[in-house]
Amino acid sequence: MTNPTPKRLRPLSPNIQIYRPQLTSVLSIANRISGIVLSLYAVLLVAWLVAAAAGAQAYSTIQVIIHSWPGQILLFGCTFSFFLHLCGSIRHLIWDAYYGFELRTIYASGWTVVFLSTALTAIAWIISLFLAG
Amino acid sequence: MNKEGMRSPLSCAQGLGSAKTGVEQWWRERVSAIALLPLTVWFAASLIVHTGSDYPTFLAWLRTPITSLLMVLLLAGLFYHMALGLQVVIEDYIHSTLKTFALLGMRFGCGVLAVAGILSTLRIALSR
Repeated sequence: MTNPTPKRLRPLSPNIQIYRPQLTSVLSIANRISGIVLSLYAVLLVAWLVAAAAGAQAYSTIQVIIHSWPGQILLFGCTFSFFLHLCGSIRHLIWDAYYGFELRTIYASGWTVVFLSTALTAIAWIISLFLAG
Repeated sequence: MNKEGMRSPLSCAQGLGSAKTGVEQWWRERVSAIALLPLTVWFAASLIVHTGSDYPTFLAWLRTPITSLLMVLLLAGLFYHMALGLQVVIEDYIHSTLKTFALLGMRFGCGVLAVAGILSTLRIALSR
């Protein structure tokens, strides 16, 4: 019988912090972070629905929180995380279909995600503020 | 070349190699993501339209059959996709025995949130 290999600390690949951040790596981690952030907002989504089901008083409490400054900042963060994750995921789905792997295309689609998610966030808030009057 | 022939008897006994369930997970992630594309965009657009709405207007909107249906589908898809995504995050960063408990806790949380959200939607939709 062979002896079991003793567990020892082996050298790991270079740490992430020695690399200069690039659009590709920043967007990669941004898609993951926005996914985690949206998971936290999903808890608030359910809290909002539960309050709506509980009655007018609970719902108005939630409305007051949403319309406060911290609530608006939170909602803005939610909007941007949503559009970033949405655009980033569409980029991933296009890759999954074997398209857009050339370096030039990867950077073009990357900047498209950055500008489109920013623009969609701005458009959503402008329409929303316009409708609110 | 024979795949099994490449492995020592010990590695075969320990079940080393790929977990052989990765492709299924990959497909579940993609299919739920594609399902969520129209659902989340519909929800975001609806919220923007209802910016100034009061409580009765909001209830009336949620009570329409199509809204109730889409809301339940959104919640089911959202928490399913969320559980798959958070699973990958947990598996990437937690390597101790804590991983199992983190996965259990995360899935339990997703299940509770999905049921709470769907129940609230149905309660509003079915009440008069």
